[in-house]
Amino acid sequence: MTALKRRRGAAVLAGGVATLMLLAACSSDSSTDATATDEATATEEATTDVAAGCEAYADYLGNEGASVSIFTSILPPEQGLFEQSWSEFESCTGIDIVYEGSDQFEAQLPTRIAGGNAPDIAFIPQPGLLAKLVADGGPVAAPEGTVSNVDTYWNPAWKSYGTVDGTFYAAPLGSNMKSFVWYSPKTFAANGYTVPTTWDELWALSDQMVADGVKPWCGGIESGGATGWAATDWLEQIMLRMYGGEVYDKWVNHELLFESPEVNAAMDVLAGWMKNPDYVNGGFGNVQTIATTAFQDAGGPILKGECGMLQQASFYANFWTNFQEGATVGPDGDAFAFYLPAIDEGIAPQPVVGGGEFVAAFADRAEVAAVQNYLSSAEFATSKAALGTWVSANSGVPSDTYAEGSIDQLSAQYLTDLGGTFRFDASDLMPAAVGAGAMWTEMTAWFAEDKPTAEVLKAIDAAWPAS
Amino acid sequence: MDELLDGLPKLGSAAAAIALFFAALLVLFLIGGRVRGKFQGPVALAVFLGPAVILVTMGLIVPAGRTIYGSFLDANQEEFIGFSNYSWIFETQWGTLTNTILWIVITPIASTGLGLTLALLLDRMKRESVAKSLIFMPMAISFVGASIIWGLMYEYRPPTSEQVGLLSQIVMWFGVEEPPNWILWQPFNNYLLMIIMIWIQVGFAMVVLSAAIKNISSDVVEAAELDGAVGWKLFSRVTIPMIRATLIVVLTTIMIAVLKIFDIVRTMTNGNFGTQVVANEMYAQSFVQFNQGHGNALAVVLFIGVIPLIIYNIIQLRKERAIR
Repeated sequence: MTALKRRRGAAVLAGGVATLMLLAACSSDSSTDATATDEATATEEATTDVAAGCEAYADYLGNEGASVSIFTSILPPEQGLFEQSWSEFESCTGIDIVYEGSDQFEAQLPTRIAGGNAPDIAFIPQPGLLAKLVADGGPVAAPEGTVSNVDTYWNPAWKSYGTVDGTFYAAPLGSNMKSFVWYSPKTFAANGYTVPTTWDELWALSDQMVADGVKPWCGGIESGGATGWAATDWLEQIMLRMYGGEVYDKWVNHELLFESPEVNAAMDVLAGWMKNPDYVNGGFGNVQTIATTAFQDAGGPILKGECGMLQQASFYANFWTNFQEGATVGPDGDAFAFYLPAIDEGIAPQPVVGGGEFVAAFADRAEVAAVQNYLSSAEFATSKAALGTWVSANSGVPSDTYAEGSIDQLSAQYLTDLGGTFRFDASDLMPAAVGAGAMWTEMTAWFAEDKPTAEVLKAIDAAWPAS
Repeated sequence: MDELLDGLPKLGSAAAAIALFFAALLVLFLIGGRVRGKFQGPVALAVFLGPAVILVTMGLIVPAGRTIYGSFLDANQEEFIGFSNYSWIFETQWGTLTNTILWIVITPIASTGLGLTLALLLDRMKRESVAKSLIFMPMAISFVGASIIWGLMYEYRPPTSEQVGLLSQIVMWFGVEEPPNWILWQPFNNYLLMIIMIWIQVGFAMVVLSAAIKNISSDVVEAAELDGAVGWKLFSRVTIPMIRATLIVVLTTIMIAVLKIFDIVRTMTNGNFGTQVVANEMYAQSFVQFNQGHGNALAVVLFIGVIPLIIYNIIQLRKERAIR
C-alpha cells in the first residue's frame, strides 16, 4: 500500500516537472525566432536606396533603418489612411513607422510611460492630457523644425494648446470644426431662404421660419454616458462670440466664474435660442425633448422639413445617410453646413470653436524628430488630406486638396484662417469634474427640468476642483 | 510546434499559464501529502487553505483595504483629506442615496412577489414549462439590451405625430391626449427604470420559488388539507413557512444585484433627470471625472450597504441548517 502510494506520488511529480520543462523549452524557442525575424526585416529596409522622386524628403534623411513607434487612439479604417499617407516618407527615408492603435489609449498611455515602455510618439486627443503627462514628466520638447512649421502654418492659438508652462511640446495633427450650422440646401432653395452671414440675419431667418410654420431649430444632447456635451458646445459658441478669445481663456481657467454676469448673459442668449419654445424642438416636440433626443438623431427632421437648422460639428456630415438613404452632403445637396456667424467682428473676428489631436514625442532621437517634423509639415498634411475624411488646420494645405464643395474643404477654410479667432472646445480643457461632469449634467438639467440658470451655474462652480 | 505557437500566441500562452498552474499545484499537493509526524496537520492546512487565502487576500482584502484607505484621500489619491469625501456624499448626493434605497426596497419585493404569484398560478398548469420559459427569457437578456428595448417602449414623440413608444400609444388609446415625456417625468421615471429590473428578475424568482413549492412534501399539504386548511390559509400557514428559506435567498440575491445596479441607469438616463444611483455615480466619479476619492467613498458606502444583507443571509442559512 505504501509502495503503491509512493510510486503514484513519483509519477505525479515527474508529470509536473515534465510539464514545466516543456513550457520553458517552448517559450524560449519562440522568442529567439521572433528576434531573428525582426533583425532580418530591419536589415532589408536599411539597404533600400534613396530613389528618384524623394527630393522632398531630403531634410529627413540620415536615419536609414531606424524605427519609430506611434501610439494612438485612432483605429482602422483611419489607421490605413495614416499608413498610406506616410508610406512615401518611409520608403524615401528608410524610417519604419510602427503604428499601434488602442481603444484604451488614454488609460494605457500613462501606464506605459510609468512602466518605462513609452512609445516614441503619441497622438494626444486633448490638451488637458498633454498637460497631465508633462506634469508627470514624459514628453520631450518639440524639435526646432516642428516649432518653425507650427509658427509658419498654424493659427497661433494652436501652438498655445501644444504648450505647457512655456515649453512647446506638441504640434497639432488633425482638426475638427464645431462652429457649423447644418441645414438643407434643397429646402432653403424651395422656400427662398438665403444662408445668413451675420448674427442678426440668423435670427431674422429663424423668425421667418417661425412665420412660415416651421420650427427653425432642432437639437439633441442625449449621448449615453456623455449626455450634455452638445449643450456645452452651444454655450462655448456663444461665449467666444460675445466676449472674444481672452475672456474665453479666462473662463476655461476659471478666472471667470460661471456665476459671473458674462456667463449669465451668455446663458440668456442660449435660452432665447435653444430654450425658446417658438424655435425648438423641430420634429421632436417641446424644449424638454432636447434632453432625451440622441445627438445622432437630432438632424433627422431637417430632411423631413420639420426643422430648419441644427448647430453641430463637421463630423455630422457622416450622419445624413442614416436619416435618408442616398442623402447627399453638398452646397446643393440634401444637407450642408454654413458657418455660425460672428456676433461682432470687432470683439472676435471669425470665431471658431474646434478640436484636434496633438503629436507628442517621448524620445529625443534624430529619427523621432524627423517624423515629428514631417508630421507638422504642409507636405504631410496635404498627403493625408488628399486621402479624404480628414482636415488639417495647417494653412500650407492648398484648398483644392479637399474635394470641391465638401464639408472638409469648408472646415479647412475656417480652420486655416490665420486671422480668425480659434479656440479649443472649452469643456475638453476644463477639469474632468466640470468638463466631463457638472457641466454636462447641469446643462442637461437646465433643459430637462428647467432648472434655474443661477442654480445651474452655481452648481458648476461648486464642482470646480479646489487647487 | 513552433509554427503552431507563433500562429496562436495568445491561446498558447493562456494554455501554458493554466498548465503551469496545475503543475505547480500538483507538486505542492504531493509535498503536502508526504509530510508525516507532528507537522502533518499544519502543513496540510497550509497547503489546502493557502491558495484560497492568497487569492482572497489579493482579490478581495487588499483591494477593499486600498479602497477604504483611498476614500480618505483627495481626487488624485495624493493628500489625506479625512472625511471630506463622505461629507461630500451626504451633502450633495442625497438624491442618489434615496434613489438607491428606493431601488433596494421596491425592486426585490416586487420581483419576488410577482415571481411567487406566477409560481403559484403556473403550478401544475397545462404546458407549464412553455409559460415559464417565456417568463424566464428576459433573464437571458443583458441589462443594456433590456434597457434599449424599454427605452423604445418609453420613447416620446409629440402627440400630433406618429408614436414610437408603446407606452405613449397605449395611454393615448385610453384617451390621454398629451402623454408625458416618460423618462423626464420625475419622480416616476425611477419606477419606470425599476420595471426593467423587475422584468428581468421575475423569471429568476419564479423559477427558484416554483422549485421550492414543488419540493414541499405532499404529506404535509394533505395533512394540512385534512385539518381544514385551504386557499389563503394553506398558502400563508403552510406554503410560505415551508419555502421561507428560499424566499429569503431570492430576496437577498436580488437585493444585492440591485445594490450594484448600474447598467440600466447608465443606458436609460446616465443618472440625469433625478434617477442617479450610487453605483453609476461611483463609475462617473472614478472613470469619467477622475475623482478617485469620491469614487472610493461611494464604493465604501455600497460595501457597507451590502454587509448587513450578507450577514442576514448567512444567519438565515445557519438557522435552516440547525433545523435540519
